[in-house]
Amino acid sequence: MNLYQSVTDALDVALKTDKNALIFGEDVKFGGVFRCTQGLNEKYGIDRVFNTPLCEQGIAAFAIGLATVGKTAIAEIQFGDYIFPAYDQIVNEAAKYRYRSGNQFDCGSLTIRATWGAVGHGALYHSQSPEANFSHTPGLKVVIPRNPVQCKGLLLASIRDKNPVIFFEPKSLYRNAEDEVPLMDYELELHAAEVVKEGKDITLIAWGAQMRVLNEAAKQAEQDFGISCEIIDLQTIYPCDMDTLVKSVNKTGRCIVSHEAPVTGGIGSEIAAGIQEKCFLRLNAPVQRVCGLDTPFPLIHEFIYLPDKWKVYDAIKKSINY
Amino acid sequence: MLELEEIDIILNMSQRQGKISFYMPSFGEQATTIGVGAGLEDHDLVFPQYREQGTLIWRGYIVKDMLNQCMGNTHDVGKGRQMPIHYGSKKLNFVTVSSPLSIFFQLKIIFYLKLLATQVPQASGSGYAFRLNNENRVSATFFGEGAASEGDFHAALNFAATLQCQTLFLCRNNKYAISTHSSEQYKGDGIAGKSIGYGVQTYRVDGNDAMAVYHVVKQAREYIVKNQKPAFIEFMTYRIGDHSTSDYSVLYRSEEEINFYKQNNPLTRLGLYLKKTGKRQFDEDKDKLERENIRKQISQALKEANETKLHGVNSLFEDVYDNLTPNLKEQQKQLIEHLKEYGKHYKLEKLQQ
Repeated sequence: MNLYQSVTDALDVALKTDKNALIFGEDVKFGGVFRCTQGLNEKYGIDRVFNTPLCEQGIAAFAIGLATVGKTAIAEIQFGDYIFPAYDQIVNEAAKYRYRSGNQFDCGSLTIRATWGAVGHGALYHSQSPEANFSHTPGLKVVIPRNPVQCKGLLLASIRDKNPVIFFEPKSLYRNAEDEVPLMDYELELHAAEVVKEGKDITLIAWGAQMRVLNEAAKQAEQDFGISCEIIDLQTIYPCDMDTLVKSVNKTGRCIVSHEAPVTGGIGSEIAAGIQEKCFLRLNAPVQRVCGLDTPFPLIHEFIYLPDKWKVYDAIKKSINY
Repeated sequence: MLELEEIDIILNMSQRQGKISFYMPSFGEQATTIGVGAGLEDHDLVFPQYREQGTLIWRGYIVKDMLNQCMGNTHDVGKGRQMPIHYGSKKLNFVTVSSPLSIFFQLKIIFYLKLLATQVPQASGSGYAFRLNNENRVSATFFGEGAASEGDFHAALNFAATLQCQTLFLCRNNKYAISTHSSEQYKGDGIAGKSIGYGVQTYRVDGNDAMAVYHVVKQAREYIVKNQKPAFIEFMTYRIGDHSTSDYSVLYRSEEEINFYKQNNPLTRLGLYLKKTGKRQFDEDKDKLERENIRKQISQALKEANETKLHGVNSLFEDVYDNLTPNLKEQQKQLIEHLKEYGKHYKLEKLQQ
């Protein structure tokens, strides 16, 4: 299965195992512009898999209303870039529903899926990584997968979690990442970062499609400098698993965090500050952030904008030689 | 309606005396909110805006509940987290009032302005669920004519119409959104005109006429469950009181205008109807006594609510999520340690242990 097929498979399991589950958004009925909901409408009926009018704030609010009365609402926002009209509903409403009512009402059975990240030619409005915007909001969870196996497990866990979750799917991986995905119903734990490769000299942290970049950079650096890199996938971006990161950096003494989103105010800043606070005496070099630039996401310059393999490689070199 | 008016009078005064931090009266709109309460079934889910205490009182919310919420004490089911008048009751199918506030400083008076109509499209979602479940139930949502300018209003009506939601839209057109007159809010035929454009069954009614409100709500409700489609009612009324206790409305409208509506208010009208039809025997002394009794009850409840402790430190961290996340656990521990050392600088005696 590739990534989009693993999404469909997870949604299929969700609809099959929960008669209250509903999927909706723009163009999901015919299968979705990325094919993620293909065949589900035919299988589960038009009342459970349906199109909405073209209005993101409406989609988010409609989902909250469904969740409030016990439906499992799985809403799709076509591109992460277009989630901002729904920002108010997500940040002021969904995130605060349980808290403000003293746990009388909640919309915990709400999951918002949105495509995410660079895609080669998406320019300003088909490339964004808005996870930091939502990770400043208590009450929300933000989850991003890196491969099809993990995507299915994390998506099912997000749908069944009793809190509103925003699930960002790296669209560059929809057709590019392939895996043997178990057909069974399984979940992966939220709030847990995964050490995908153990190492002893430096800790590299990322999520989503950026995990591939880390792998390539680490391979090159290990070959060239004779070091070993520990690579961690954050998986749940907010609230994040700081313990796993701290444990790793206390071991390696060096840390690089990398993401596509602009560097200023990005999640990298949060992680760097946390590591600095908790691993101060163990650090042998400054924590580095290898991120997108503080510009809108460009079209023709995407290849030099992105925090690619060579930028990460250079950061590893600087860290090792510090 | 009488009880509601007394509650509004006294709580409005209590705010002026500094006993509660904020209040929003519903003078002039009692017929709308009470009439809606009477016209709906108690199991219908209400998504309120903020000036609908009448509906909640109709359903059995008592003045003690209101005061506990306004004080944010340990008896407040909302656990003291929201500003006064942000009522909610799961038991009474009344979704907790929300909507962020924006603060304007003008002439040294702070205006609290409710900007949003966030609850309106949420009611569309719930109404969809009720249709899917084949329930004899509607999701009813209140909002003012000002809130109908928000994008959320348009999303809500369009979603409800296209997705056939069992949702009842209740627009209180009281002519003002704080200081903005409805002539600056829209140029079409009120809010009902917009509703028709979305293909939603639409009614407009005199919101100061309790009987008319009751009948039109009943009729709209019947239409919804029978056809599994939404309906919309625009209540033409007038906001007699200030927008809120942070507002002084004669700065932007004349006293003559206010007085005209004061004299033609919904209570007087219902009273006249009951008198003429002989449905109620009027005894002025008895009525006076009744009002005094209500006032006494409110004062007593106010005293009690004021003397009740507030939720303890741990409550601050609860309900952000279903369970405490690692970062919250850590911050809770830090705060408790801080208060151990610096507790004397905080008013901890107000909190429950």
